[in-house]
Formats: sequence, structure tokens, C-alpha cells
Amino acid sequence: METKTGTKRKAFVDTDACVACGCCVKVCPLNAIQIWNGVWAKVDRTRCVGCGKCARECPATVIEIREVQV
Amino acid sequence: MKKRWYDYLWIVSLTYLILGFFNILFAWLGLLCFFIPLVISIVSGTKGYCNRYCGRGQLFGLLGGRFGLSRKKDIPKWMKSKAFRYGFLIFFFIMFFQMLWNTYLVFAEVQNLKQAVTLLWTLKLPWNWAYHGTLFHPGVAQFAFGFYSVMLTSTVLGLITMILFKPRSWCVYCPMGTMTQLICRAKNRKGNIVTE
Repeated sequence: METKTGTKRKAFVDTDACVACGCCVKVCPLNAIQIWNGVWAKVDRTRCVGCGKCARECPATVIEIREVQV
Repeated sequence: MKKRWYDYLWIVSLTYLILGFFNILFAWLGLLCFFIPLVISIVSGTKGYCNRYCGRGQLFGLLGGRFGLSRKKDIPKWMKSKAFRYGFLIFFFIMFFQMLWNTYLVFAEVQNLKQAVTLLWTLKLPWNWAYHGTLFHPGVAQFAFGFYSVMLTSTVLGLITMILFKPRSWCVYCPMGTMTQLICRAKNRKGNIVTE
């Protein structure tokens, strides 16, 4: 099987500024975000496809979509 | 996405605000919005209230999102700073204790009942139409007026920031949210070292 290499878009959270409101959790179509113990949002980047819905929803704008090497 | 029963709690929040226009004593029910988040964070160490059950957040989400009443711009940096969030929490506490003090004065019969709702800590709105006397002490009603003032003020602030910034901007500086996050932080101290 051929494995593709290149870049993929993934969500990254500025955990220090995250207010843990959970807005991102509600909009994520892939259930790739959880609020870790009420402190910050944690992205499961194996599931995240970088659609950016969470970044748009986040009231504190602490989520960023970055290109990562895979 | 499948809707759950708790996705409709915005109806409860809206009903609460409306009831305060008819009988101020309903304001007491608002204590649930104070105790439930605290109990959840203390017992389970999560922000389950914010994440699932907060009807006010849902209301802002609905008005700003579905109804398009939000500019959906980024909140200014200072508003999400810890200094502002903690400062607002402290300010909120001070105003809350001042409200409790006024309630105490009415209970102690030092002051008479003031049938007014104070909006944004300064504007005194006459609210006598929502008070029809009570079997309880006037102090019970004074607390209701004071507590409803807190709830209405925070709703108005939330609506303003909803319009200016993102729908749920209130969540960024919500004193209950900040407080429950602090409790969760204290409860899960080790994990705080782990960052992205």
C-alpha cells in the first residue's frame, strides 16, 4: 500500500488561554476534542481533519489550524 | 448531530429571565446556576456544567449563531487575559457580597425593602410590578431583587459581547466558568504541566 506523505491540517489549542467552555466539543463533527478535566480542550489529532469549525466557534479564539508534516 | 435533552436548557434560562418580570421571587431559582456548576466541579473535577448544561451559553449560541446576531469577531486580547478574568471574578464577588449585605440589612430591619432591579451595578430600574407581597420576610424579596439584578446584568453584558464578538464570548469571562476552572485546576494540578 502506498503511504502518502505531505502536510495535513490539524487543530492546536493554546491550552494556557483556554477557558474550557466546551464550545469546540459541541461543533466538532468527528468528536476529536474533549475537555481535559475541566481545564483545557484536548485535540485527538489522529481523528482531527483540520476542518476549522472549532477554531471559528471558540469564543476565546485560542484554537489554531496548523499544517503538520505526516 | 443528535440533540440531547440538555441541549434544550436554553429554554429554562429564557423562562427564568421572563419569570422575573412577573414575580421576582422566582429569582431564587437562579441559585441553581450557582450551585450546580460548583458541585459538579468539586465532585467530579470537570466543567460539565459549562460543557453541557449551561442554558445561558446555549441561548447566546443560538441568538448569535442561528439567529445571526453576532459579528463573530475575535474577542480583544485583554478580555481573555487571566488578569481580566480573575479581576472580573473578584469584582463579581464584591458586588455579590454587597448584595448579600443589603439583604441582611432588610432582614435585620435596618433598611426597608427596595423594589428595584439594579442593572450594570448602577442603573436602578423600578421593578415593583413583579412584587405582590409575600408570606415570607421582606428580606426574602430583597435577595430576589438583588439576585435577579446579578442575573440580568450578566445577561446584558453577555448579549453585548455576543453582538460585538463571538456568540459565546460571555463564556470567556463568566465568573462561574472562571471559578469552576480554578477548582478543576486545583483538583488536577499534575496534569496542568502537560501542554500541547
